Amino acid sequence: MNIPEDLKYATSHEWARVDSEGVATVGITDHAQEELTDLVYVELPEIGRDVTSGEDTAVVESVKSANDIYSPLEGEVVEVNEAVSEDPALVNSDPYGEGWLFRIKLSDPATAETLLTPEAYREQIS
Amino acid sequence: MEDLKHSPLHEEHLKLDARMAPFGGWEMPIQYAGILPEHKAVRESAGVFDISHMGQILVTNARSRGNRVGPWLNRLLTNNIEKLALNEGQYTLLLNANGGVIDDLIVYRTAADDFLLVVNAARISEVDEWMRKHLEDSQIEMVNISATCGGLAVQGPSAETIYAAITDETSQLPPRFHIAKVETDEGTVFICRTGYTGEDGFELFCPVQTTGMWWKKVLDAAVTPCGLGARDSLRLEKCYPLNGSDLSMERTPLEAGLNFCVDLTKRFFIGQDALLEQKKNGIPERLAALRMTGKSPPPRHGYAVLDGEQQIGELTSGGLSPGLGVGIGMAYLPSGKHLAGTELSIEIRGKRHSAVVVKKPFL
Repeated sequence: MNIPEDLKYATSHEWARVDSEGVATVGITDHAQEELTDLVYVELPEIGRDVTSGEDTAVVESVKSANDIYSPLEGEVVEVNEAVSEDPALVNSDPYGEGWLFRIKLSDPATAETLLTPEAYREQIS
Repeated sequence: MEDLKHSPLHEEHLKLDARMAPFGGWEMPIQYAGILPEHKAVRESAGVFDISHMGQILVTNARSRGNRVGPWLNRLLTNNIEKLALNEGQYTLLLNANGGVIDDLIVYRTAADDFLLVVNAARISEVDEWMRKHLEDSQIEMVNISATCGGLAVQGPSAETIYAAITDETSQLPPRFHIAKVETDEGTVFICRTGYTGEDGFELFCPVQTTGMWWKKVLDAAVTPCGLGARDSLRLEKCYPLNGSDLSMERTPLEAGLNFCVDLTKRFFIGQDALLEQKKNGIPERLAALRMTGKSPPPRHGYAVLDGEQQIGELTSGGLSPGLGVGIGMAYLPSGKHLAGTELSIEIRGKRHSAVVVKKPFL
């Protein structure tokens, strides 16, 4: 199971990569995409929307089910990945790279420390 | 998962890493490699489905004399069984007195006055009970052989080639909608040239302990294992109704648009009066095929169908059509609104997405 060392994780199976400007890129983990099976539709949030930690922010749908994706942190949506809107399969094939979902400008970058480390996430899913 | 029945192929599904889920009281494979590739395999070459959960009921003439079973079944089922030649089958419905659907099934004439009914897994006991309740002729024997039968469905354009391969070219597929019986040391194998996908294919019902052997033969012929997920997307593209979703005891065949398998000119069948009454008064709602007109989230069972601001129905079935690349669904709509070309919308997570009624089937 692929769990990159340079990312932080939420218990609801999202990952976050925070840059030096306090912007977090968010996606779903390899474990999540495997559980969900082939995605056929992705609904991304509107740019400018404020989200809180744990708020349902996006939706990914497989043939059989629609699933909420929760923002791991609080902030403002500043960018969304149109590529996955066009091709939801990217989330399955490259969940940590091309399959990213949205970016949020964190209201407090320090909060990223509250997320799970790769080890803690690995423990959770085993 | 407690108290779920296991197919004779259960271990085979686990070996293939299938996602399992409850269906009609059984634990069944939903998908193996994925619903989309499985769906594609059936349309382009061939796929195989475990249908061991389905039911089989034999109804035979105890003395093999005269014509008793046919006329009796004709009083329970909507289609005209007298039309059937030897080894021929027909799609038909078992109704209650209100004209509601107990089950949709296929009935085959296996001898001059003997028949085999193939019924839905979730309705085996209901069908059996209903038929026994209405059986008064001691010369008609009814045997529910569901527990002794395993089954698999091979569906796709390569079906004939696959059949030749698994029978070592020793037998031929019967014609479309016909049945063949092959007697083996372990018992009877029924081969039915029918299916639920809209492609050529056959359903093979065998003595339960030999199901694994047939499954392996089919996989050895390079056929893709397919689960209930693909089975649903395939049948939906063809507008084949699903009992429990599109059909129920609250809906008549006339509302469901299944007039082709209802013979109202027969002298009598249970539910006939209710249907004639409905025809006289006008059918209030009709099952319509809806297609999303643009990119949208997949429409699903239960989503509201709106005409402008007003909800006029809800989807009984829905999903993404892999063949069309858009969402499709079915819903009972008020007569008038069910006509092809009617522009409506489907509400998905609070947003309205436009849809249009289209002629059946979708593909």
